[in-house]
Amino acid sequence: MSDTVAIRLDNLCKTYRVPIREPGLVAALKSIVHRQHREVEAVKQISFEVASGEIVGFLGPNGAGKTTALKMLSGLLNPTAGEVRVLGYEPFRRDRDFLRQITLVMGNRNQLVWDIPVSDSFERNRAIYRLGQGEFNRTVDGLTDLLDLGDLLDKPVRNLSLGERMKCEIAAALLHRPKILFLDEPTIGLDVTMQRRVRRFLAEYNKRYQATVLLTSHYMKDVEALCDRVVVIHHGQLLFDGNLARLVARFSPHKTIALDLEQEGMDLSAYGEVVSTDGSRVTLLVPKEETAKITGQLLADLPVIDLTVEEPSIEEVIEQVFAQEVA
Amino acid sequence: MSRFTDIYTTLFKISVAIMLQYRAVLIIWLIGLVLQPIIYLVVWLTVAETQGGQVGDFDKGGLAAYFIVLMIVNHATFDWHMYEMGYRVRTGAFSPLLLQPLHPIHRDIIENVAYKFITLSVMLPAVFLLIWLFEPTFGAPMWAVAAFVPALLLAFLVRFFVEWSLALLAFWITDTSGLNQMYAVASIFLMGQMAPLSLMPQWVQFAAGVLPFRWMVAFPVELLLGRLSPEQVVDGFLMQALWLGLGLAGLALTWNRAARRYSAVGA
Repeated sequence: MSDTVAIRLDNLCKTYRVPIREPGLVAALKSIVHRQHREVEAVKQISFEVASGEIVGFLGPNGAGKTTALKMLSGLLNPTAGEVRVLGYEPFRRDRDFLRQITLVMGNRNQLVWDIPVSDSFERNRAIYRLGQGEFNRTVDGLTDLLDLGDLLDKPVRNLSLGERMKCEIAAALLHRPKILFLDEPTIGLDVTMQRRVRRFLAEYNKRYQATVLLTSHYMKDVEALCDRVVVIHHGQLLFDGNLARLVARFSPHKTIALDLEQEGMDLSAYGEVVSTDGSRVTLLVPKEETAKITGQLLADLPVIDLTVEEPSIEEVIEQVFAQEVA
Repeated sequence: MSRFTDIYTTLFKISVAIMLQYRAVLIIWLIGLVLQPIIYLVVWLTVAETQGGQVGDFDKGGLAAYFIVLMIVNHATFDWHMYEMGYRVRTGAFSPLLLQPLHPIHRDIIENVAYKFITLSVMLPAVFLLIWLFEPTFGAPMWAVAAFVPALLLAFLVRFFVEWSLALLAFWITDTSGLNQMYAVASIFLMGQMAPLSLMPQWVQFAAGVLPFRWMVAFPVELLLGRLSPEQVVDGFLMQALWLGLGLAGLALTWNRAARRYSAVGA
């Protein structure tokens, strides 16, 4: 991993002017004469840097501004204020040399042509990205291997299953061996096996080509498997930028203790926050630093059949992050 | 240049392959392009019939020749992307195009040419059929026939660039169907599609000549029919060059501004 900065955002802002329209006929007529607008700040002063070769997870709930940020990074959207640089280029100038080095994979959008074989779509990209035939063939072979595309290349895209199509979309997006990958929900809708395969592929691609990856996902497994670093966004603002483990430590200072007791109906509120009681099974939330002490107390004081100490899931942590920000 | 050769030949082949899958769409446009002149021809022939076989300076053979050549020129110069632009902007279908290192206009030009190439197989028989049915009279000198080729090419370029630039209004106006309709109606009169321009009132002829419409369609038609003097032809080429320049300038000015307004909706 080199020290060069591949991606830099500096107080980046994007504000949309959205027309407001009340329902109803009178309002519709009024809006012909007087258009009302509302300003939506989709991205508010976000700053961070990504070094060349890093894989960064971009987290946030729906509507947080992740996709807007990715679109500004890939040149689709014009920033309202602030600066953004990718490989030294200003993305929205859409320099040809810039576009040849990046790719944006949006999980729910097709770039492949529906009715013709996948290889024809690949050939189209070859021409557009000015790839030499030899180099192109080698890349296709490599991607076919890594993604197990096999005999998919000769089939029209409409005949592929969702998982097969996604694999081909990812391959098509990487034919020009971009240095920067923007991936917006790349594993959405895929089954568990396919998700794992895509994750392995991305890790391999990153290692092989030192590609910088910015990845948004709702699947924590994607983030855990691939990203050392996460950037959390909510309501257009940066909430956290750092190590995933640190995120967990900072925003979730609790652990869960699940107890199986010999008796039912015992009150454990003295030991910690009782999350749930199900007959003789009680779940407690305790501060992390006191886990050992409280566990000891529970084992000493109570008729415990079984006891487990659990880390909160990443999902719960993220929920905590968002809940705290809202509060 | 070799970069564009590769792009154009590869994308042309793929456009043809794609369009052959969407035969219904091909046919819809083709029906309009073939039927429209036939309908107007039949109407004008009927009018001529009631006026002793003549309408203005066109006899029946002349009218038939006009509309058959019009059909060819209209087919060669027509483009539909103006109607697609609104859809592309509204649904975010522009996004994949903007992410690639190729100006979207190239794809549209290639698609257009691929369409003409495929539909030629229907247009040519239609032309021969109409020649057999309506007995047009052609009498153009050889120089006019030779001049027709560059005039047709220029007409295509003028029409394509002017219409593509106008289509970019879709980045500012959400619903361009009203504008497109207005343009389509204006075209029917001012391009000489409904009737030869010489049969139209003076003000229509003036408007058609001052605006690009005459140079997009009517001019090459009149040229191939031998209805223009050499001086008029030279003037015509100059007007085509002027409008091509204006179209390209309009495109250069609007494209960057249009792309900046793009809000990439629809994910």
